[in-house]
Parts: sequence; C-alpha cells; structure tokens
Amino acid sequence: MADDQKKTFVIKGIGVSPGIVIGRAYLFDRQDAQVPFYNLNDPGLISAEVQRFRKALRESEKQLLELKNKLGDLGGGMEPLYIIDVHIMIMRDRKFIDRTLKNIREMSVNAEWAVRMTVDKYREIFDRMEDDYLRGRISDIQYAGQRILTNLAGKGRAAIDMGEGVVIIASDLSPADTAQLKIDRVLGFATDVGGKTSHTAIVARSMAIPAVLGLESITRAVRTNDDIIIDGSAGVVIVHPDPEIRKRYEEKKRLYEKAQDDLLDCARLPAVTKDHYAVEIGGNIEFIEEIPSAILHGADGIGLYRTEFIYINREQLPDEEDHLAHYRSVVGVKGLSWATIRTFDLGGDKFFLDKKLSRELNPQLGLRAIRFCLKEVELFKVQLRAILRASVQGKLRIMFPMISGIEEIREAKRIFTEVKNELLAKGTELGKEIEIGIMIEVPSAVIVAEELAKEVDFFSIGTNDLIQYALAIDRINERVTYLYEPLHPAVLRLIKQVVDIGHKAGIRVAMCGEMAGEPAYTMILLGLELDELSMNPLAIPRVKKIIRGATLKESKALLKKVMTLSSTSEIRSFVGAAMRKRFPEDFPVNGP
Amino acid sequence: MHGALDRDMVAIGTFEITNKLGIHARVAAKLVETANRFQAETFLEKDGVEVNGRSILGILTLYCPQGSRLTIRVEGVDAGEAMAAFAGLIEAKFGET
Repeated sequence: MADDQKKTFVIKGIGVSPGIVIGRAYLFDRQDAQVPFYNLNDPGLISAEVQRFRKALRESEKQLLELKNKLGDLGGGMEPLYIIDVHIMIMRDRKFIDRTLKNIREMSVNAEWAVRMTVDKYREIFDRMEDDYLRGRISDIQYAGQRILTNLAGKGRAAIDMGEGVVIIASDLSPADTAQLKIDRVLGFATDVGGKTSHTAIVARSMAIPAVLGLESITRAVRTNDDIIIDGSAGVVIVHPDPEIRKRYEEKKRLYEKAQDDLLDCARLPAVTKDHYAVEIGGNIEFIEEIPSAILHGADGIGLYRTEFIYINREQLPDEEDHLAHYRSVVGVKGLSWATIRTFDLGGDKFFLDKKLSRELNPQLGLRAIRFCLKEVELFKVQLRAILRASVQGKLRIMFPMISGIEEIREAKRIFTEVKNELLAKGTELGKEIEIGIMIEVPSAVIVAEELAKEVDFFSIGTNDLIQYALAIDRINERVTYLYEPLHPAVLRLIKQVVDIGHKAGIRVAMCGEMAGEPAYTMILLGLELDELSMNPLAIPRVKKIIRGATLKESKALLKKVMTLSSTSEIRSFVGAAMRKRFPEDFPVNGP
Repeated sequence: MHGALDRDMVAIGTFEITNKLGIHARVAAKLVETANRFQAETFLEKDGVEVNGRSILGILTLYCPQGSRLTIRVEGVDAGEAMAAFAGLIEAKFGET
C-alpha cells in the first residue's frame, strides 16, 4: 500500500466558499504561455492583423453571450451573470478597441501583442488605485483580454472534457472559464490567485461549490488526477491525502452536509442537561484555521489539536519556532478555555525520504506515535519545548497518543520534565498548570488504566483507534468496515471501565473520537458521565441539543439497560428506538 | 436632427458616491447600460478628468471609491430623462449597501 502512496501535503489559502470536497484534480490551463508575440516587418500585414483582432473580438463576444445563456440555464443563481456582461462591455469599449488598433498600426505588432499591451496599460492605471477592491477589478480586463487571445490563437471554445466530479486547479478562473468547464461536473475550485471578492469566489458561492483561492503555488504543486481534498471553510487544500486523513475528511464532509444553520443559535449555550449535569465540549482541529469554526459551533475549548500537519506540510522538519507559531495560535484563544495538544501521532514514514527504511507491512501497528517519539527523542523534544513555551499563554493540556503501558508514559513524562527543567533553568516563563494526559486507544491501556491513572491528570478516549484495535479491524479496508461498531458491547464495556477507573482515581476522562460527535450516542456518553466530549466542531450543535434536552437520570437508565444487552444489533436497535422516541425531530423514523 | 447632438439640452449634476464598494465593475456596467438607453451623450467627470459614459473602462479608470464626488453631464434631446435616471441610480446606491 505504501509503495504508490504519494506524500501528503497541505497548501493553505483563503477559504472563500465553504464546504468539503474529496476528489481528483483537474489542472485547467488556458495555455497562456503559448501566445506568440512578434513584430510585423511588412506594413502590408497590418490590415490583416486588424482583421484578425476584429474577428477575435466578435467571436469572443458571441461566446460570452452563449456562456451567459448557459450559466443562466444552470439556474445556479443570477449573481455571476453580470460579470459576463462586464466582460462583453469591455470588449465593446471604444477605448479598449482603439488603443489596441493603435498598437497594431503604430507599433507594428501582431494582434496578440497589441491586446496584451492594452491590458498592460490598464494594469498600470489600476495599480495606482489605493482602494483594494477597485484595484482588483483589473482582473475583468485581463479576463476579457485573455479570451480575445484564446480566439486569436484559433482555439475553439469546445467544452473541455475533464470527466466527472473534479476539483479544478487553475491559476485564476473567470466565470466564462467556469462555464466552459461544464460547471455541473465541478466539485471544487483551488486557484493560485484571488480572494474573497474575486469572481471565482462569487461564482463558487453562488453555485455552492467549495473553493480555496490565493494558494499561490497550487498549479505547480498539483497534477491532473491527483487525489485532493478541499476544505473551503478552513481555506485548506490537502494533496495526496493518506487513507486516515481521507477518512477523517469524509466524516467532516458528512457532518458539514448535515449541519444546520438554525442549530447555530444555541451552539454557544452551555452543554448542561435538564437536571444540571454539565459536560465540557471540545473541538477537534488539525489546522489553526479551524479555530473560528470551533468557537462559532460552540466549543468550550480545543479538546484535540492534531499536530501532524505541522510535520507533513513541509519539505524539511519543522523547528521549534515553527511549532511555537502554531501552538501560540491555539493556546489562550479568546472564547476558548483550554487547549489540548496531542503530540506527534503518525508513523516515521512521514519523516524519512528513504521509504525503504521506514516501510512497514502494518503501519497501524508499527513504529508510530509515542513509540516513534521515544525512539527519536531529539525530534520529540523540539515539539515538547514549543508546547511548553506556549503554555504561558493560557490553559494547556498535553496529550500523548498510543500509550500501551506504564513504561511509555513514564518515559514520555521523564523527557517532558527534562525539557521543562532545561527551559526553567534558562529562565523561560512557563504556564503554571500544564496538565499531562494520555490517549486511551490501545486496549492494553484500558486493562492497566488503574496504574496509568496514577501517572496522569486526564485520559482521553480515542474511540477510532480503540475500536479498530479492540475489534481487530483495519478501518481503511472496505471489506471489514462493516465490523467497525462503536456500539459493540466490548467497546462500551472498555469505555465504561476507563471512565470508572479514571473517576475513582480522581482524574478527568474525556472522549475525542468520532463517537463523541455522533448525536445518536450522546445519551449513552452522558450516562457514562464523561467529563468532556471533544469532536469535529461541526458536530457540536447537534450533540449540544441532545445534551440540553436530556437528563443525566434518564441517560444513566438508558446506559444501564444497554449494558445488559449482549449483542451489537440489540444495542443498536434499542438505542435507535430510544433516541427516536425521545428526540423524534432529530432522529426521524425514515432517517439515515 | 437625427444623429446629431442637440446642444441646447444639457443637464449637469454632481453626486456623492455612497455605496460601500464605490464604482466597481457591476456599478460601472449599470452606468453604461443607463447611458446606452438614451440618445444623449453622457460624460462623467471627477477631479478634472472626464470620460465618456458609454465606456466601462473610462468609468472604471476614473477611480471612484466610496465618498467620491462625481459630476455627470448629459447632452442631447433626452438629457433631462437621462439625468433623472442617473440620479435615481446613484440615489439608490446602485442597489447596494
């Protein structure tokens, strides 16, 4: 599997149209670079060039009118149509035409060159404008010029065949380009230039197509047919996503599509049951760009900051300052009362260029996460130092992933203390109460939880991996995904054991896996008395709604009954029926 | 008198541009559309620079962000109606905020 797995990387831009797309890239190239420019040595050629220009102008105008009709027929909102009118007006503009003709006649250049000179002249004028928005309107003139150039080159306007469901990668796009691209087949846009007010953004929003612009180098970094994920909400593009990331984004996409704006109204209300039992709600994020969404959707804190993208988003290893820049954006954020930073949780293959060294037959069970960090102590220390330095900004929790036994947490803590003392000796100011916790995701950790609880301030149950390891399923393998079942009695018993042991030892127990964000399980999790549920921010409003509508008492009664059932199917149908009865609005009978 | 300008009919008005984005592409397009509806010739002037009201590029290069003062001069048989149309458009902030 790892053989043809290309390296995952991320490019950040400006999210201009929200939503998530998982698809394949199609590189849109207007073949700008191939435009010929030459001097007309023979004055007799001038009239021919003038004719070429006029013909290209007529064709361009005709095409735009057709495209306008086509866009209108798609019914994706009338908003972008005016832009095409603007382009038509530019092509009819006397000044524009006269200037270009003058260039051909007086400078003896070919029509292509003459058009480019006209556009450049306007660029000069627009560049002097102070107002960003008005200055940005040069793009309209460039679009018009580009279209004329395309017609001069004799390239038809045949719609480009790019296949079904693609993400368009381009330097920039005009609405006319967009129509040419068979917009009904476009899933998303990612472009080098542009911002919130550019035309691609307007088109994308009016067509409800996720888009990230201003990525600067996306056309150079991506090839047609590359796997690509676009998060138009966070402004992030992920290229060659590995299966785990892909899986996580499929979940985000599902949640995004289900998210309802009307739930946002109560998203910021506290997650307290009717009988006054309070649960802390965390947001799971992997990019600092997701923080505003976490706040908006009602997170009390960041319950899981995945730091992997700090590593896999670059050519070289991140240094301490790279780490610190990210952690400073997460810790002490206004509106969020804590941040839980999880240390590196991937395999070593993400580091080494020499794939042979790190190739593993079964990476999920391989040298990864804390195992890797304890082997590559210097790398680990860089991250720990940055986390410690960020702690001065606010409430910070550090969390070690994939702990399977007491030695690992002791060793991690030893290194942590060593780094901390080094910083203190240097006079670095650190936060006073940094809490240390572990992910509970390896079944052995559940079994020795009593011992582990003595070492840490909190547990956070990572249900995705716990289920995968406990039920022995490869989550990525489609043939066994049917076995992935959070309501398996073994899973529920494992979770209950962790909560009970944690609480007996007087430490916090959180859950940060996907299970925490599924409203159908919320009453069970309430009954388990988890202290914190951390989830994809988009999942928060629905989960909060259930918490606020339920009581701890009934949740405990539900859990009690569930724990007596011996099969997944019994539990599933019992919980399903109970939730439908209790929250008919949220769990319609014919629902998914 | 068809085709020739009727120099007798001239209307002049000065307006403040109050919509947030100023005269951007869509607004310029509306001005051009309006100018094209009338026989009269329209000229827009700001800070001593005058452009033809039928030229979208002329209008855009005039550079009118929010708060600009724009003088519109209309010459021709239907100058009065044309001016009323321009005044209405600017008054309504071009349908924007």
